Amino acid sequence: MMTPTATVKTFTIDGKPYSATEDETILDVARENGIDIPTLCHLEGILPTGQCRLCMVEIQGSGRLVPACATKPEEGMEIVTDNPRLRNYRKMIVELLFSERNHICAVCVSNGHCELQSVAQKLGVNHVRFAYLHPRFMLDGSHPKYEVDHNRCILCGRCVRVCEEIEGAHTRDLRNRGIRTMVITDFDTPWGESPTCTGCGKCVHVCPTGALAEKGKSVAEMAKRRHFLPYLALRRRGGK
Amino acid sequence: MKKIRLATIWLDGCSGCHMSFLDIDERLIELSDRVELVFSPLVDAKEFPEDVDITLVEGALGTEEDLHKIRKIRERTKLLVAFGDCAVTANIPSMRNPFGRDEMLKSLYVETDALNPQVPAQSLPELLPRALPLHHYVHVDVFLPGCPPSANTIYQVLTELIEGRIPDVNTLTRFGA
Repeated sequence: MMTPTATVKTFTIDGKPYSATEDETILDVARENGIDIPTLCHLEGILPTGQCRLCMVEIQGSGRLVPACATKPEEGMEIVTDNPRLRNYRKMIVELLFSERNHICAVCVSNGHCELQSVAQKLGVNHVRFAYLHPRFMLDGSHPKYEVDHNRCILCGRCVRVCEEIEGAHTRDLRNRGIRTMVITDFDTPWGESPTCTGCGKCVHVCPTGALAEKGKSVAEMAKRRHFLPYLALRRRGGK
Repeated sequence: MKKIRLATIWLDGCSGCHMSFLDIDERLIELSDRVELVFSPLVDAKEFPEDVDITLVEGALGTEEDLHKIRKIRERTKLLVAFGDCAVTANIPSMRNPFGRDEMLKSLYVETDALNPQVPAQSLPELLPRALPLHHYVHVDVFLPGCPPSANTIYQVLTELIEGRIPDVNTLTRFGA
């Protein structure tokens, strides 16, 4: 619905003219118009944070790269969503994600349902040029229904955001910085002992990989169900 | 028409990629008109031959022996294909890497064996500190991910390579496929 103060901005994406209202991001406009920009941390219904950097687009004239999910277009902007430079960076980001932890697709609960796996295929990542770090992580299986495997976590923060924004529990958060960052439960206590977790499972179902899963799922069995999210997000904004 | 000299080898892997290769079924007969299988677990050659056109390498590099073999293969092969996830990413064999070689051997052969606790040392190639993908040590020409790559994928990639074309594998397969 147009409010009296609403302004419409006009700009181009990949040479074609588009318009957007005040609250739309570059990614919103691109998706509305069938322009494909890859994302990992973005999820319709929770706030964008620009964390994964996969949706970076180029702004002509400035040479700057900005995250499409968290940037609003400006009047006269010339946005480029695909060129060799962007493709190179996107591939590099995905390869670095694979090298940073132990993503072994063949034995993963989310094999075949994983967004990291499918984005890798889409971007043509068929091997990783960087040295694998092979870090050592403990699994947390203390929760009666769910488990977390940090080997497969890409630190997208979806679980943190959905827990805070939609469930209102804020059980999850991130600790440390950079490569040492970890998703934690409360003050880094075992999940099963969390006094704040409601056991709703939203974090499990927004997780793009097999890092968060339901217990008892075997290889390739953990498909995520997210149909609840747009509805709950709408209710939370007070929509009908 | 001169036949393409094809070799296949199985290093630190489970042989699943070779099984999938056999799943090409009757198309193997068609392939045999175009290629000569000069070295493979499926034939009887003992020494990796010279002048190989295409080598499919299954498995990661996990031992000193694997390293020795892959270097010889690279020298003697025009087109080296990393065949399956173990060759491409080190996959399952890499699951030992976070623990370290010595800790793993101790856990497997000493701590859990009450009767004869010892790390096997004789007549076995030495384990590398970490199992790694082929391209960590040698140049790889084609990466064919999948665990295993499907028979159709293998057939399509092979027929393209035989024709002298490099196929776009990303439309055919992926990690863990």
